[in-house]
Amino acid sequence: MELTELGECVSSLSCVVTQLAAGLTIGMLLFLVASGLTLIFGVLGLVNFAHGSLYMMGAYFALAAYGPTGSFALAVLAGTLGAALLGLFFERFLLSRIYGQDVLMQLLVCYAIILILDDVVKIIWGADFRNMGVPPAFLHPPFIIGGGVVPYFYAILFGITALIAVALSYGMSRTRFGRIVRAAAVNPGMVGALGINTTVVYAAVFAIGAGLAGAAGALSAPIRSVVPGAGVSILIESFIVTVIGGMGSIGGALAASLILGLTRSFGSIGFPLFVEGAMFVIMALVLILRPSGLGGRRG
Amino acid sequence: MGFGRDSAIALAVLLVFILLEFTGLRSAGLVDFAIRFATFGLLALSLNLLIGSAGLVSFGHAAYFGMGAYSFGLLMQTGAWSVPAAILAAVAMTALLALVIGALCVRLSEIYFAFLTLAFQMLLHSLILSWIGLTGGDQGLMGGIPKPPFLGVDLARQDHLAAFSLFCLVASAVALRQILRSPFGAALRMLRDNPDRAAFLGLSVFRYRLAAFVIAGSFAGLAGVLMSLYVSGAFPSFAFWTTSGEAIFMIMLGGVSVFLGPLVGTAIFLMLNDWITAVTEHHGLFLGIILLIIVLGLRKGLLDFAVEHWRARRGNQP
Repeated sequence: MELTELGECVSSLSCVVTQLAAGLTIGMLLFLVASGLTLIFGVLGLVNFAHGSLYMMGAYFALAAYGPTGSFALAVLAGTLGAALLGLFFERFLLSRIYGQDVLMQLLVCYAIILILDDVVKIIWGADFRNMGVPPAFLHPPFIIGGGVVPYFYAILFGITALIAVALSYGMSRTRFGRIVRAAAVNPGMVGALGINTTVVYAAVFAIGAGLAGAAGALSAPIRSVVPGAGVSILIESFIVTVIGGMGSIGGALAASLILGLTRSFGSIGFPLFVEGAMFVIMALVLILRPSGLGGRRG
Repeated sequence: MGFGRDSAIALAVLLVFILLEFTGLRSAGLVDFAIRFATFGLLALSLNLLIGSAGLVSFGHAAYFGMGAYSFGLLMQTGAWSVPAAILAAVAMTALLALVIGALCVRLSEIYFAFLTLAFQMLLHSLILSWIGLTGGDQGLMGGIPKPPFLGVDLARQDHLAAFSLFCLVASAVALRQILRSPFGAALRMLRDNPDRAAFLGLSVFRYRLAAFVIAGSFAGLAGVLMSLYVSGAFPSFAFWTTSGEAIFMIMLGGVSVFLGPLVGTAIFLMLNDWITAVTEHHGLFLGIILLIIVLGLRKGLLDFAVEHWRARRGNQP
């Protein structure tokens, strides 16, 4: 424990700004993954244990598109659309067969998908670490705010993820499709009786959730190493987010993601060996004090 | 019937194997397979107490497997413990871990339960990786595990270890079967099928589930002990989520509704695994496809399928 260093950091503006920027960026990327997970659970009642693999596939699709084109925008687009299409395929051909069955079935199908995707990635891209590196277009001097360093690329990432979050929230609360999705989460039978094709709604929601995971994978490809099996750690963090935020609650997921991001960035100064443990402690506290989560409807 | 018959069958199975092993048909492959079968069979059997009988789908059962292996390995490396004492202590430590995690998890709904058990298992895994001074980090527990002989049993010999592992498996199977036959077991099945009714009748859902969780965790700990004896060490992968996944895979292969289903599944899984490893390096791809075929095609384990088929033909309940 280096708690004195944490104390020094919190009392200096420059250190707070630096860690805040890093923590919020990590938190927003986590939010993209977790919001997809919680959206899929809220509407389909299915815990997508393979969600981390979609994140991983997003990163690999982005790498594949970035190599020949050199365009980060195209890479993110490829990661998002690739993961969304893959998710659509899984939903239509595998997961839709086990709707309404017990958790064991969901878990086994997702486990099979994880095994297959990890190996497919190894076959196509090899088992080694890959790194995209920050694209040259974003190699600008960092912003200096109050003496703290905010890397240019982090600011860009934060901007993109915040835009996606706003679009998601607007889409869910204001558009016709969003209303249908929210209605389907509460009473799919009634939505179907009103003449809306719930099969299409389910497929669309799964594709959107998968696309969000893929976008997060693609966006973080320049700052994290891309490796087969990378999905599991992000999956666990997304689980923690959904427990803290409440299953099915997007607002809760946002709050929880930012809390975890900040825990990571400040924790790496104060208790570097216990960062993961600290996230679990927060989760255990929420479970004991408020089992349905910060924004949850059900426990 | 009951305990006497189970014990007799168990004893007979054990004797047949020991005769096989110590007389003519002895081969290194068979001995090796027996140890792995006993280890993973016990893991799958203990997990099925949760999944099949209590209806609690745990995706983090390997945490207790890893805990058993590491506790036993570390105790033996101190040099101050005999094998039986270290086994008891390792199982007790695993039970304690299961008690703490179970107390947080068993209150939760099905889906929360599955992924929280997974999350706590990954916490243990990352603790093992980062506490390098104690566990050796990603290198695993190195330097071998001393196995001083006790009561004429020398676990450093593979054939003794195989007989001992099978003895542990058979004894645990008899004990687990007794637990399932007891009123406690009946209460677990009732909690699985209708927890509200059980709660109205005055059963404490929390206590019964927690007890089942601790019992299952303890037997998984024993399986972990056998594993650490087998490889003479302990590795982080014991507590990794893939090990939990494999245990669920074994149960699914054999079937959840028949007591010995997980053991059949274990045997099939191990043979499948050996075969796939020999044929291809793309191990996950093949296992995943086979799993999908079984889950989406058959929708149940092989023994479940066979038993239902048999019951349908007989047209009555046995």
